[in-house]
Amino acid sequence: MWTWFYKLASPPYVYAVAAALAPWFLGLAALTIGYGVIDGLVFAPPDYQQGDAFRIIYVHAPGAWMSTFVYTMMAVAGAIGLIWRIKMGHAVAAACAPIGASFTVLALATGSLWGKPMWGTYWAWDPRLTSELILLFLYFGAMSLRSAFEDAAQGDRAAALLAVVGVVNVPIIHYSVVWWNSLHQGATVAKLGKPSMDASMLWPLLSMFLGFMLFFAAVLCTRLRGEILNRERQASWVRGAVNS
Amino acid sequence: MSGGGFWAMGGYARYVWPCFALAFLVLAWNLWAARQYHAAARLRASRALAMAASEKADQPS
Repeated sequence: MWTWFYKLASPPYVYAVAAALAPWFLGLAALTIGYGVIDGLVFAPPDYQQGDAFRIIYVHAPGAWMSTFVYTMMAVAGAIGLIWRIKMGHAVAAACAPIGASFTVLALATGSLWGKPMWGTYWAWDPRLTSELILLFLYFGAMSLRSAFEDAAQGDRAAALLAVVGVVNVPIIHYSVVWWNSLHQGATVAKLGKPSMDASMLWPLLSMFLGFMLFFAAVLCTRLRGEILNRERQASWVRGAVNS
Repeated sequence: MSGGGFWAMGGYARYVWPCFALAFLVLAWNLWAARQYHAAARLRASRALAMAASEKADQPS
């Protein structure tokens, strides 16, 4: 097991594994997202309070979940790069940032569109919304910091430090609806015990969660390959990778 | 649900459909941007390799 773990620090190994896995992740993502969209839009019944507007959950909740998941992954990868000085850690963190930022934009925009018919406003300085907006700024900050230094290693370290410090915002986002009075609804799926959704609504949502995770894995693999090539341009193994 | 009723989304069509459109736009952008990024990195790497090879060939033996 440790041999496999050590191999993850090897750029040529990760480059080859990412190339092999990306199409599988993408294919499975297309299947699960396709099922989730059709089941969620066509077969799931309307909510007894929100009517058909509740269907926004099928893109909003997976987007919001991914925004915090990708940030946590970016922070962990950055910490691995900082503590053990493993270059692949910084490469993964760099590849995560734009993907996570796009999911955060999706969560904010779809939440805003959901908020208008339900709360009567597109935006409120609510704890959940505000902490999610801070997450977007943290992503932008990490990306800006990485490119702000002439020395790439220095940029990596600065971005990783910001990602690690900013990870404190992730539990704040999650528990904001518990700690403060919030317009935003509480947990529905991740609630301990029984989720407060009927199975006919829950299955397409779980399928969308899985689909977004698989899609992220596929995009991360492709971005990571680019990131590795940018960082390893002078390495001898790159010749074979570029010519293949 | 009838065809017209489906597109009307119970009167919430102008909120539901833009959300789904945006989601697919974000997914499509992610895929396109990642592929572009990889293709650009690959091009840069092959140029760097070609430059290194020509420099080596120029050196007097």
